[in-house]
Parts: sequence; C-alpha cells; structure tokens
Amino acid sequence: MVRRRYLTTLLPLALMATSIAVAQEPVADAAHAPGAADVAVDIWPLIYVFVLSSFIGLGVIQRVSRLLHTPLMSITNAISAIAVVGAILVTGGDYPVHIRLMGAIALFASMTNIVSGFLITNRMLKMFKSDEKPPAGGRP
Amino acid sequence: MIFGIVQAAYVLATGLFILALHWMNDPKTARKGVISGVAGMSLAVIATWAQPGVGHHLWIVLAIIAGVIVGVPLARVPLTAVPQRTALSHAFGGFAAGVVGTAKYYLWVSEGPEYLTTFRMVAILLEIMLGYLTFTGSLMAAGKLQEVKWIPQRPVTYPLQNATNLALMGIAVAIGVALTLHPTAPWAPMLFPVVIGLALLFGVLLIIPIGGADMPTVIAILNAYAGLAAVAMGFVLDNKLLITAGALDGSSGLILAIIMCKAMNRSFSNVLFGAFGQVQQAKAGGEQKQYKSETFEGAAQVLEQASLVVIVPGYGMAVAQAQHKVRELYDQLKKRGITVKFAIHPVAGRMPGHMNVLLAEADIPYTDLIEMDEINPDMPQCDVCLVVGANDVVNPAARSDKTSPIYGMPIINADKARTIFAIKRSKNPGFAGIDNELYFSDRTWMLFGDAKNVIGELVKQFATGSGMH
Repeated sequence: MVRRRYLTTLLPLALMATSIAVAQEPVADAAHAPGAADVAVDIWPLIYVFVLSSFIGLGVIQRVSRLLHTPLMSITNAISAIAVVGAILVTGGDYPVHIRLMGAIALFASMTNIVSGFLITNRMLKMFKSDEKPPAGGRP
Repeated sequence: MIFGIVQAAYVLATGLFILALHWMNDPKTARKGVISGVAGMSLAVIATWAQPGVGHHLWIVLAIIAGVIVGVPLARVPLTAVPQRTALSHAFGGFAAGVVGTAKYYLWVSEGPEYLTTFRMVAILLEIMLGYLTFTGSLMAAGKLQEVKWIPQRPVTYPLQNATNLALMGIAVAIGVALTLHPTAPWAPMLFPVVIGLALLFGVLLIIPIGGADMPTVIAILNAYAGLAAVAMGFVLDNKLLITAGALDGSSGLILAIIMCKAMNRSFSNVLFGAFGQVQQAKAGGEQKQYKSETFEGAAQVLEQASLVVIVPGYGMAVAQAQHKVRELYDQLKKRGITVKFAIHPVAGRMPGHMNVLLAEADIPYTDLIEMDEINPDMPQCDVCLVVGANDVVNPAARSDKTSPIYGMPIINADKARTIFAIKRSKNPGFAGIDNELYFSDRTWMLFGDAKNVIGELVKQFATGSGMH
C-alpha cells in the first residue's frame, strides 16, 4: 500500500537532485592542497549514489516490522549521525581555531546521537520477546 | 593508498548500515542490526580519523568524550520519554549538520574562495537550512512532548499563518540565490547568518501549529530532514558515505511519515508543505448524552466470562505509566484460559511504534501485539474490548460522521465488540476535542479514573476473587 506512493515520496528527493544538477558548472582544473577536497567535483557520481541509496532505503525500510518502528527511528538517528565524519574532518583539519571549534561542537552533537541512538535501540530491542513458553491461550 | 583504504572502509560501512536496517524487519534478528550499525559507525569514525589530513587529536578526543558523557544518560530515559528523546536527537543531528555547513562556508570564504562553486553553495545552503530548521523544529517538538511550561501544548494558529511561512521561505530562498551567485561578495558573510536565522525561525513556526496527536508524523518528517541534511553535507564535502547513510535515514523518515499520514487519512503533500491539519474545535453543545459507568467488580466479572479480550492501548496508557498493571491484568486473564490480544493503531501514542515498545517493556510477548488491519476482522468475535487511554483511534465517527475532523481515518473497530469497557481519566472530550460516540454506545461501559488505578483495581478483583467462581 505504501508502494503506490513511491512517486510522491521521491518527489522531494528528485527536486533536490535536480536543483543540484542544474547548479552544476564546468569542471575547472586547479591545483589543490593534498588531503583537501577537489576544487571542482564531478557531481554526477554523487547524485547516482544518492538516488540509488534512496531506493535501497525505501525498499529496506518498507519491510521493517511495524512492531519495531520506534527502535527503527532510534537506529536511524544513530546512523544519520554519520555527520560525525564531516565533523571530524573540520575539527582535525589545519584550520583557524573558530572553524575547528565549530567542528568540535558538531562532533560532540553527532557523538551524542551515535552513543545514545545505538544504546537505546539495543535497550528497546532486548525487551521484545516472543511467546516462548507454551501459550495458555490459543493463537488466532 | 590511504585514500583507497579509507574509501573501502566507507563502502563497507555503507553495506553494514544497509544490513542494520535490513535486520530490523524481524524482532528476532533486530539486535544483529544494532551490532552491524555500531560496526559500520566505528569503521567510519576510525577511517576518517586515520586520514593524514586530520590532526588536533586532543580536540577530537575531548569532543567525543563530551558526546559520550551526554549520550549515555540520554539512552537511559524511561521509555515513556522516548518520543522526546528521539526529537532531541533529531535536534542534535540537525544542529551538527548546520554547524558543519556554517564552518565550511566561513572557511572557504576566507581561505579558498575558489571552492565555493555554485554546486557547493547550493549544497551548503540546503545543508544549513535543513539542519537549523530541524534543530529548532525538533527542540520545539521535544518541548511539546515533554510538556515544558512555556511551550504551548495546544496548536497555536494565527491569521495568514501559511502566507507568513511562505513569505519567510521566499525571503530565505531569495537570499540563498543571491548568496549562490555571489558567494564571496563582501556582503555575503554578513548575509549568511540571516539565512541561518530564518531557518531557525522557520523551524519554530513549522511546529507551533501542531498538536500532540500529529506528533508521530512530525517526528518522522524531522527524521527525514535530519537525513537529508546529512546528504547535503555529503554533497558539500564530496563524501559518498554521508550521502548513502543520509539517504537511508531520509527514506526511513519519509516512509514512516507516509504510514502515519495514511493512518490519519491525511495527504502526504498536506504534511510536506507544513499545513499540518489544524484541529478544528468540534461544535460545542448538542444534546447531552449519558455515559453508563460500571463498577470494577462488575467489569471483572464480565472479563472473567470472556473467551477473547482485546485491549486497545493509547497515549493515556503511556501518560499513566499503566503498562505494567496492564501486564498483570494480562497474566490474570491468561491464567483463566482467556485469549488476550492487543490492538495497535499506527498512530497510537506520540511516535511510530510507541505502544509496542511500552508493552514490550512490560514483558508482553510481541506475538500478542496485533496491527489494526489484522485485528479488525476479529473484532465481532471479541467478547470484551478494553480501551485503555485511547480515544480518537476508536471513535466510530471516523467511519460515519462526515462532519467530524477525523472522518475517513482508519480506526480499530472497538464498537463491534460484544462489550466495551473504556477507561477514561475524566468526562472531557479527547485530544481532538471531539466527542467519542463509542462511549455512548449501548454496549459500552465507562470506567472512570487514572488508567493505572483502574487496571490495578481490576487486577485486585481477580486476585481476591480468584477462587470464587
């Protein structure tokens, strides 16, 4: 039943991808510091990755048991704290102090999510038990 | 060489994240999912940290320690507070994305203006707008859920609300376009905070018209926004792991939001554009209908005669922390050979799956937690339906009364049961301000009182009178 809504679901994703695609500009070659991102990036691989992983996400999430929607939210909280990667790059880079301070704040916030997200997911999942003992009442 | 290893670690982490979500499809494998998620995240952190360009290790260590110190207590909140905790962590996630975007912009303005391509500028703006909007929006949502005093619980509406929001959005977009075209103009670094301010304000404005009953949808949408902010960060930093993980989170939020919308009969676009259903006040007055109330003794006797009992939990059960008493009642009934099932409405409670977690906490086997669509066909065979703190999700007006604000919403057919007991704190109408016809049905008897006390009294009846029949 959710499947029929795929198109509406993808609309915002598609809009975002298109706006970024439209904003693309010709690749310019430039020298860049080692370790830093390229000045001009080929954005198409990024958009491919985005679209494909969105489809994988939609497919996988649709099969998640409805019993587990609350733990699902907390585990995706933890996973979206992948922003930790960006935060580490900014904190640990050779940048002015105020920039690194912002990175450290972001790192703190993402780390909080990672730790609390995974811990509480595990705590909730431990509580879900099936009816292992021989049931007193019959099943429908 | 190192670049290759880091990328390989990222690919592996992506795979582990997908597996983590895949294993959530069954409670039996779900805990493997957590392990997989932790492994993926650890890989991502270590691989990033080990890159040659990353130094200042003391800073990183301190920030991580601070995060752990705050994160551990946040994972130990009581389960009734899980909706608030979830909203709060969306706020943290949005904030992290916003701050990284801000840092990157100011870094590039001063040290590498050539990095500020149109593409990156668009991505940065999307990242900070989504990030900061999610930040304040989620803080507001958490405040409402926690019932913080200075945040109004009731939906706040004012004339031209949508027009105001659209106008603000328009200003933010206009400034965004100007910044994208001239990212390094002398006025740009001054204008950038204006976008941040607008996003922060927008987040607040988006949440104030929303009432508690709509919270499951809103939390799911904020979840999606937090994921999309991470995706935008991936575009900014040219990092595919951020994009994949963010997209997984974004699609999870979107799917949950759709399920919630369907369960409330709202259109998805209605929610996307922030026009969350403002709850109309039902017409006051009308004929004064009479409730029939029942004593605990009488209710216990009827329950004892039943062969199928369906319990419909709602937010009232969470508020009263009644889940453990419900478990005692469940045990008493089971002991007498009575089949007991729980009927779970998708939007019961304040976040997706809220009731399932509370009942699981009380050690009720998940095999007895039945979804609305599966239990409805069995409702006519149900001898006693016990409504514990649920209201709108069992209101038959959703099927019959076209003028009702909840008309069209799928409900649990509690009214089809042979006998209905409804536990209710007071005689006031429910959250949506709508009278519930179920309470006036011939077959309904009310049990007034706090859900925990009422169930406790019922259990006592069974415990003391167990040998009498």
